[in-house]
Amino acid sequence: MQWEVVIGLETHVQLQTKSKIFSGASTAFGAAPNTQADAVSIALPGVLPVLNREAVRCAVKFGLAVNAEISRRSVFARKNYFYPDLPKGYQISQYEHPIIRKGSLTIQVGDTEKTIRITRAHLEEDAGKSLHEDFHGMSGIDLNRAGTPLLEIVTEPDMRSATEAVAYAKRLHELVMWIGICDGNMQEGSFRCDANVSVRPKGSDELGTRREIKNLNSFRFLQQAIEYEMRWQIETLEEGGTIEQATVLFDPDTGETRAMRSKEEANDYRYFPDPDLLPLELTYDWIEEIKASMPELPQAMEERLVREYGLPPYDAATLTSSRALADYFMATVGAFGGEPKLVSNWVMGSVAAKLNEEGKDITESPVKPDQLARLLKRITDSTISGKIAKEVFAAMWTGEGEADEIIEKRGLRQVSDAGAIEAMVDQVLATNAAMVAEYKSGKEKAFNALVGQCMKASKGKANPAQVNEILRRKLS
Amino acid sequence: MIDSSLKQMAAALASKRISSVELTQLFLDRIDRLNPRINAFITVDPERSLTQAKAADVRIARGDAGPLTGIPIAHKDIFCAKGWRTTCGSRMLDNFIAPYDAHVISQFDQAGAVNLGKTNMDEFAMGSSNETSYFGVVRNPWDLARVPGGSSGGSAAAVAARMAPAATGTDTGGSMRQPASLCGLSGLKPTYGICSRYGMIAFASSLDQAGPMAKSAEDLAWMMNVMAGFDARDSTSLERAKEDYTRDLDRPLAGLKIGLPKEYFADGLSDGVARVVQEAIDQYRKLGAHTVEISLPNTRLSIPVYYVLAPAEASSNLSRYDGVRYGYRAPEYSDLADMYCKTRAQGFGAEVKRRILIGTYVLSAGYYDAYYLQAQKIRRLIAQDFVEAFKKCDVIMGPAAPGTAFKIGEKAHDPVAMYLEDLYTIAVNLAGLPGMSIPAGFSDGLPVGLQIIGNYFSEARMLGIGHQYQQVTDWHTRMPEGIA
Repeated sequence: MQWEVVIGLETHVQLQTKSKIFSGASTAFGAAPNTQADAVSIALPGVLPVLNREAVRCAVKFGLAVNAEISRRSVFARKNYFYPDLPKGYQISQYEHPIIRKGSLTIQVGDTEKTIRITRAHLEEDAGKSLHEDFHGMSGIDLNRAGTPLLEIVTEPDMRSATEAVAYAKRLHELVMWIGICDGNMQEGSFRCDANVSVRPKGSDELGTRREIKNLNSFRFLQQAIEYEMRWQIETLEEGGTIEQATVLFDPDTGETRAMRSKEEANDYRYFPDPDLLPLELTYDWIEEIKASMPELPQAMEERLVREYGLPPYDAATLTSSRALADYFMATVGAFGGEPKLVSNWVMGSVAAKLNEEGKDITESPVKPDQLARLLKRITDSTISGKIAKEVFAAMWTGEGEADEIIEKRGLRQVSDAGAIEAMVDQVLATNAAMVAEYKSGKEKAFNALVGQCMKASKGKANPAQVNEILRRKLS
Repeated sequence: MIDSSLKQMAAALASKRISSVELTQLFLDRIDRLNPRINAFITVDPERSLTQAKAADVRIARGDAGPLTGIPIAHKDIFCAKGWRTTCGSRMLDNFIAPYDAHVISQFDQAGAVNLGKTNMDEFAMGSSNETSYFGVVRNPWDLARVPGGSSGGSAAAVAARMAPAATGTDTGGSMRQPASLCGLSGLKPTYGICSRYGMIAFASSLDQAGPMAKSAEDLAWMMNVMAGFDARDSTSLERAKEDYTRDLDRPLAGLKIGLPKEYFADGLSDGVARVVQEAIDQYRKLGAHTVEISLPNTRLSIPVYYVLAPAEASSNLSRYDGVRYGYRAPEYSDLADMYCKTRAQGFGAEVKRRILIGTYVLSAGYYDAYYLQAQKIRRLIAQDFVEAFKKCDVIMGPAAPGTAFKIGEKAHDPVAMYLEDLYTIAVNLAGLPGMSIPAGFSDGLPVGLQIIGNYFSEARMLGIGHQYQQVTDWHTRMPEGIA
């Protein structure tokens, strides 16, 4: 039998706010345990939540970015369960009335585009952390993370392969960073996915029983976990077994998923509206204000780069894969005052190669957009050749200075003086009689060798077009 | 001095006839002497109180005293007060020292009032007799064999026995008005959102409201001027201009329209209370008010609705008492689940457990719609009853409690009989309205309260209505015999 996998994703996106969603405590990562746990984070008796406006702004930005409905009225609810790192014994979340509904995100898989429907996105608070390893024989509780704002983004079961799921997750990851609501740091847990996976006979309209893989914090794990889970479910069914609804964990060491709790063991969360928080009501004006402050979205920009700048689709897609890269590109084009294709070649070529080599992010590039633009100007005004420009760029990267300084200091200015080139060519012809003879006997290759000799003699500085021209003339 | 109004005490302090330290010591001595019999206080800390009193005396000497500067006030042990043990009447918080101040506490601190101590209460404010407290029953100063009412029973008994000039309380379903009635005091539950709930340990968040308990309506007004006010730390706090709650005290009552809900004078009301309430209403007629019969048809549903909604919220609010971070933790347990079970089994009393169970049940999958949602709908109908009623009258009057103080133990094993104590008070919380009880007379030697229910934000007017009555009656000045 042919099987089809059906996947829906729930992604927890940690919102980039300075303080927690319901208190003024800091959200900075990596502080000593419990140093960012204020009275509200600890859930002392009598404390109350106060909603962080910035978290709401982030949610609205996301809603606008995925073309969703922004609820003018949404409701915070309590999700009740006991766990030591959940200080109140309930998590404040949104249940029946989420802030964002019905959006979509378009992904590219191979040559085909596919739209993934986003069912909803809701605001909620994160829990703390339980530290089970090596804590004087006990478990430790760190409540620094408790109350960190999250946006949980839930899709329809629209994905049909692990690859599609990963493409969606990557697209979403890019987007939330692009609009500045999440730092995207997956190691620190700023972006983590739960995957709902089921299989069914190909052609069937009915959904199979799903199992939910929790807390996947890398794209690779997402891919591996879904693939394993899919194979496991298919094997189980083919062997005549049935799938029980369950929550499972992925073990990266074994590459397997294993059940954490079954449906029977599932909590009854006893959701009800949180009486400490009034329904969240957004004004039309405030939403409009946020809309006006939104950056151009990656897909719109990608299209514009093709349409207005004439870039190949591949360049446009690459340059808009992150906001920082796009900003770098746009700033360079702006500083240059044009030449988008030249800039694109350099950003995707030399700049990307250096970054890659040093494991740096584009924002850490030692060569800033205006500096790069000044370097590229020296190519287009024939001060240096493209090849020499690479040498200058490398020097700029190590901090030798501005392009012009390096060109001067190293004497790299291109030689375009016809007399000087002619003298050089004459010398090359005189010392390479054998090559000249080869050329004259019809071997065109020898011409290129002679050009090479001339360039070498000029230490690469001779204008190659002029060398060509003079050499042809002399040999004809 | 112990019988003086807050106004008189303020005058005595201002004129240096007495210092705050002396005044505070006077009440501390009374607590020392009377509390062993009445058990109105859980925590008294003379050193802390007197330190505050000294600071108040400095303020008074400097000439920057406010109306309550130097006056000792007792606080229900539901308010977190920095450095004070704050138990909420529960073993669960027996060892809890609050590291911060509730908004209400900081308001009194800023006003220069002295914290006289933390008063006893039903555990987590769940009870109508103060018998559910982990720290023992509170005895009614009018008859030590009887309950003071609850849950603010300690505050009521403290003021009734003149162990405190005034006290704070909270009212979720009648927890200030019923004890005020049973102890012969004035007590006001303001409109929901007037006093910040920040730092006030939650029972049922959508119903809980802090308020003052004192001898007279005038004293309540003075207390309200300190307690009320917007607080950004409570999202349900109402952002309103600061008001002067004494402004209507002298306003005459001529033309006042009093609504008398027929449902409040029906079955369940004791004859003695009915008689006293009628006499009080007659007194209002003499003061120029006239009465109109009204109906609050959904009153009978208020108790069942309350006993769905309040436990639902409580079951969630009390989840934080899990033994992990603070408060009681069972001494022995085998694993995490066992630690939770034993901690909560040992830390909570029977009434609290009963309500957690009810609340957990009504929120459970499959029951939520039938109980919680249904109750929310009826809650709106109950509120609508009042909207209709206030089209016909300015205030509503009736009994605060169906009877007078009952014997300790009399209803302790009959939760439903106990729940009926709040028959006339609960609807006010469900609607978020202000309600007040003032002393209106006696039945068989025990105090009876008159309940006055006002429209939203009409506290100042209500206090005036109480004050005018207290200008022509002396019920509020009576003191229990044997408590000298």
